[in-house]
Amino acid sequence: MSIAVRFENIVKEFGTVRVLHGVSFELPRGGVYGLLGENGAGKSTLMKILSGYEQPTEGAVFVDGEARVFNNSRAAEAAGIVLIHQEFNLAEDLTIAQNIFLGHEKKRGWWLDDAAMRTETARVLAQVGLDKNPDMPVRHLIVAEKQLVEIAKALARNARLLIMDEPTASLTPGETEALFRLMGRLHEAGVTIVYISHKLDEVERTTNEVIVMRDGRFVTRRPTAELTRREMANLMVGRELSDLYPPKDPSPAPSSAGAMPRLKVVGMTVPGWAQDVGFEVMPGEILGFAGLVGAGRTELFEGLLGLRPHSVERIELDGHEIRIRNPREAVAQGLTYLSEDRKGKGLHVGFGLRENLTLMALEHYAKPWLRPGDEMRALQTAVKDFGIRTGSLDIRASSLSGGNQQKLALAKVLHPKPKVIVLDEPTRGVDVGAKRDIYFLIQRLAREGHGVIVVSSELMELVGLCHRVAVMRAGRLEAMVDAQHLTEEELISHATGTKN
Amino acid sequence: MVEGRLERARSFGSWLHGVGPVVGLALLCVAGTLLNSDFASLDNAMNVLTRTAFIGIIAVGMCFVIISGGIDLSVGSMAALIAGLVILLMNTMAGWMDQPILVVAIGMAFSVVLGAAFGLAHGLLITRGRIEPFIVTLGTLGIFRAYLTYFSNGGAITLDDSLSDVYSPVYYTSLAGVPIPVWVFLLVAIAGGVILNRTAFGRYVQAIGSNEQVARYAAVDVDKIKVLTYALLGACVGIATLLYVPRLGSSSPTTGLLWELEAIAAVIVGGTALKGGAGSIAGTVVGAILLSVISNILNLTSIISVYLNAAVQGFVIITVAFLQRRK
Repeated sequence: MSIAVRFENIVKEFGTVRVLHGVSFELPRGGVYGLLGENGAGKSTLMKILSGYEQPTEGAVFVDGEARVFNNSRAAEAAGIVLIHQEFNLAEDLTIAQNIFLGHEKKRGWWLDDAAMRTETARVLAQVGLDKNPDMPVRHLIVAEKQLVEIAKALARNARLLIMDEPTASLTPGETEALFRLMGRLHEAGVTIVYISHKLDEVERTTNEVIVMRDGRFVTRRPTAELTRREMANLMVGRELSDLYPPKDPSPAPSSAGAMPRLKVVGMTVPGWAQDVGFEVMPGEILGFAGLVGAGRTELFEGLLGLRPHSVERIELDGHEIRIRNPREAVAQGLTYLSEDRKGKGLHVGFGLRENLTLMALEHYAKPWLRPGDEMRALQTAVKDFGIRTGSLDIRASSLSGGNQQKLALAKVLHPKPKVIVLDEPTRGVDVGAKRDIYFLIQRLAREGHGVIVVSSELMELVGLCHRVAVMRAGRLEAMVDAQHLTEEELISHATGTKN
Repeated sequence: MVEGRLERARSFGSWLHGVGPVVGLALLCVAGTLLNSDFASLDNAMNVLTRTAFIGIIAVGMCFVIISGGIDLSVGSMAALIAGLVILLMNTMAGWMDQPILVVAIGMAFSVVLGAAFGLAHGLLITRGRIEPFIVTLGTLGIFRAYLTYFSNGGAITLDDSLSDVYSPVYYTSLAGVPIPVWVFLLVAIAGGVILNRTAFGRYVQAIGSNEQVARYAAVDVDKIKVLTYALLGACVGIATLLYVPRLGSSSPTTGLLWELEAIAAVIVGGTALKGGAGSIAGTVVGAILLSVISNILNLTSIISVYLNAAVQGFVIITVAFLQRRK
């Protein structure tokens, strides 16, 4: 039995800030709904209200025609509504079965009924198609498997309305396919699904109907089949979106034609992740790195920066051999790295914008006392150069939207004036408008003569942006695809090893 | 604009948070004055500040360690051991040379160097050895005090009278009506505030405590900065000890007992988060004074037994942590 939901005039305020301005729409039973909107459009807040993590300031949620107030996620779960978070809520040290029943343990008298929980876990795991022992600790699972555990957990709670927030953000194409098949099965079994994603091709494939929100308001709803991806993007940003990618500049002359590479790496090995990888990037070149999750791309570059144990035959920067033992030496030589994990490794979200911006180049501001005035001027310049949209400069990084946080992170890694920059998933979790800004920024960096390396799981992005793309598979450099052969199909076939 | 409003609301909150300890201190002073007329005298105020100096100086160093996300439980034992070793060194040197002033000067310098060396050892064990700071300093808490007890044979190590005469003015003299320990406390606090807020080192300390991974990825030499925070704290313990030695002229197994509690309490009461990332030296100074005022009021009045001083401090630290917990 699936359930229907109706939002009526939902208003949500955080302090004095209104993030939802009276949202009303309906989710008829049994559909698969794509909820679209840029970061800050209010879609996550609305879904948190539906699933009991937040309460509306005004308005009401009707479930099957009955007004309901969920004071916590438990109450919503009891009604069959489950939100699967972007960041998983799994206790790493507990087993799959213990996680699935966390907070809902089956008991016999005073004691836990492990046998019953194990049996039930095996049942829901089979349902989601995860062939793992219920007694396996969750820490041994890969990301895609953890996601399946989250869904199995929802099924064990008898979910009849499932909200999925960016479920494919860290999945490989194969894992994404498996997830879509599972969504299809759940849909057939009568589960109502709300699907939040920035990946419009996925929304196009998986949903029946698209609901668009903008600036905390409901904008429109359309059957998915009637919309092209471009139209979806336009509806989200509320204006005509001209081409997402900047026109490509011609590829710089290769080193075989006698030019000097900006960065040349020979024989790089990161034990357990990358074996004997070599590449070079020319001044003005945008070099992509494609590969499935676990192919070793991020680890390769963390090794290069000295963040992981590694061995390397030779690293050359502008023709001079250099040694890099830690990120400090990398910065000093002119190489910086933007991590894929913005909150965990990229930005101090609790710090101000100024402190974030200058952290990697602080010695320029300490003479020997720090000069906040100089830092502030640098921030004003960066806000302008990088198009960081913020009302005040005196706020914490956490107050910025995802896209603007990412622009700040970019400004930060560029602040020490590197010659080569490695951008790992530069548009992850960023809305379409900010994506476009970042692509144009990357092109500007290349034009200024930087060697730019872009690591990305979005093949479309690599094809649209890069001069060449290196494809990694299982820790090895599988192929180097040049501009003439750059298509998504070509990249996928190398990444999965199905190229014959 | 929306962020601006939110931020203003937040900065009001943090302002309130910042003045909390000051308001608490003011209320305590009012209460003290009402309870005992001697409380509001200049003499008593100087007495309280002088007693605060030891803990306050240590708390300034502790503030750096806690902001960086670490902890040091050993400071009380460390102070006792440094005091004992410095007295032994000075007594021995007094037998060789007839210049007590030089001997005392060397002893004072040795105190700071020894503290910094102990701190350095903590830092290296924590970073290179990859051991939790809690465990390392819990271990040295036992080690330091046990060695002092061993060297003193369970009794006291006492400074020779000839040296004591030369050394005691360091504690008992006043400059412009303010005792020397209070001057030193003031200088250490000002230096601490400047280092924390106006140097790259201070910024890195906050960055590491706020998120160590982000700092590491941003090319901050995390291990070096951490080692330096412990060495800095050790040096502060050394400074506190060199002021403490002339007060009693001896060190015994009960010297510096529970100083770690007072120093950590001063930092937390001053508004620094125990999980690190943000904190203030000014708050720490106020926190340290607040704790001494409490014990002073207990001494002057008979509402609560003075034996319960540490218990009151314990209640205060738990209460403050309760008030500061995140919603």
